[in-house]
Amino acid sequence: MSAPSTGGASRDGYGAALLNLADDPRVVVIEADLGKSTKSCLFRELYPERTISLGIAEQNMVLVAAGLASCGKVPFASTFAIFTERAFEQVRNGLARPGLVAHICGSHGGIHTGTDGSSAQSIEDLALYRTIPGMTVMHPSDDLSATKLTKELLNHPNPSYTRTARNKTPRIYDENTVNSIQIGKGSVLKEGNDVAIIAIGVMVHKALEAAENLRSDGINATVVDMHTIKPLDTVLLDQLANSVSGIVTVEDHSIIGGLGSAVSEYLSENNPTKIRKIGVEDRFGESGGTEELLSLVGLTVESIETAARAML
Amino acid sequence: MDMIHKAGAGHPGGSLSAIDLIVGLYGTQLNVDSNNPDSNERDRFIMSKGHASPAVYAILKEHDFLHQSDLDGFRSLGSVCQGHVDMKWTNGVDFSAGSLGMGLSFGIGTAFAAKMDSLDFQTWVMLGDGETQEGQIWEAFMAASYHNLDNLHVIIDRNRIQNDDFVNVQMEIGDIASKVEAFGWSVKEIDGHDMEAIVEALQWSMDTPGPSAIVAHTVKGKGVSFMEDNPSFHGKAPNDAELKMAMEELV
Repeated sequence: MSAPSTGGASRDGYGAALLNLADDPRVVVIEADLGKSTKSCLFRELYPERTISLGIAEQNMVLVAAGLASCGKVPFASTFAIFTERAFEQVRNGLARPGLVAHICGSHGGIHTGTDGSSAQSIEDLALYRTIPGMTVMHPSDDLSATKLTKELLNHPNPSYTRTARNKTPRIYDENTVNSIQIGKGSVLKEGNDVAIIAIGVMVHKALEAAENLRSDGINATVVDMHTIKPLDTVLLDQLANSVSGIVTVEDHSIIGGLGSAVSEYLSENNPTKIRKIGVEDRFGESGGTEELLSLVGLTVESIETAARAML
Repeated sequence: MDMIHKAGAGHPGGSLSAIDLIVGLYGTQLNVDSNNPDSNERDRFIMSKGHASPAVYAILKEHDFLHQSDLDGFRSLGSVCQGHVDMKWTNGVDFSAGSLGMGLSFGIGTAFAAKMDSLDFQTWVMLGDGETQEGQIWEAFMAASYHNLDNLHVIIDRNRIQNDDFVNVQMEIGDIASKVEAFGWSVKEIDGHDMEAIVEALQWSMDTPGPSAIVAHTVKGKGVSFMEDNPSFHGKAPNDAELKMAMEELV
């Protein structure tokens, strides 16, 4: 599948969602300098009285969000994914532990971020936040789904972390299909009985491309956009495990602790299935073009195909 | 003291250094009501040095948020009186502390919420002096003055002792009043055990434009001779004999 690149990056979808949520006076946007990058700047421009700039100070940002939440506000705080990690303990102890509901968005997630180099390429954020009790963890695959999922957070009962990507990827959804997306429910994009490819974020379109190539070889693959990795859609995982000969997980994230780990943890105990995890092996990235970097670490259409064929 | 002795663990020193300040605050400024504990218009008291929980539980009992039986369960399984103050567990507690350095930032959030909703409630944050070694505290001092949060008040319990030793041995924080002032705050220094001075300083903070901080010079373990200024009673419960002696001196 080669969807037209008419959309934006998932971070653009986040910015659009904030504008959409502005009608609710409880919504407050918090920035730690990088609003132009995370796209919260769109909200700031129209609603400066409900936007709080805190400078380059992520730890403070998370607790300010918690304080606002304790007074009934619905705070949306954003910075680069990697810099949210600096405030991990604040998210754990100051936000999630007391049961307060604020939403953290980390943009520029993954190796996909590109030329900024390894310091900006968070490949462990999903793993970190997944360990916090009650935390919802998401990574949308395009701008439209980022908008839909962020809008759903308005009345979500849990604190959340959403990773968005810096760079554009082909749209997975259109204005109609995106409406069926829900937090906590994996989206089945393509159905096939031989193998399942469960992907997340910027790798979803590559999973779809791999499935197209496999079909020309007579191999039918199910493709899932598992945009929510916590809570994980275990009902869907059981269905897949019962219907295909193996599962390939694909993520622009460390092989340790992310989507592949989450899927493996559930299925190994509940529905043992052959699984092959494609992600960033235990290493840091470096500067380079997006596609160059993805190739360097093996996040390619070919590696997905190879892993899928090995399942048969 | 009784709570900590029963629990066999806790932080007597930092509770005793803070208790006069807390009594003054609840007695003269803090607008809270145990019959309406969740009112969004109530004043907030953010105890950032959350290990001084016994002092908070004691005052909450005096103000009918807690009962003696709650205090008796301090630190035990299922008790509403957790080891460190926790808003999720305890009626009348506005913040979940235990990890130092976070309370002032939380107070910025509640102070902002008050302004956004045009509510008059005040936010009072108590910090420990050792706690100001955390970088986040300075992120917060900077942000509060930048945003001119005049409904935000800080009380620093300057008891000069932290977990391992005296503050000036571990990491001297020096002239904390000048430092906070340099971050754009109004600051007043007082004797944190002189009730008249405490009450006056709290009112001064209310009357001062912009964010204001009271540096209260206190004595760790105040009122118990063998605990006063003694780093070994930062986080240690008194034994039977020590409890008896302490209660004789305090009561």
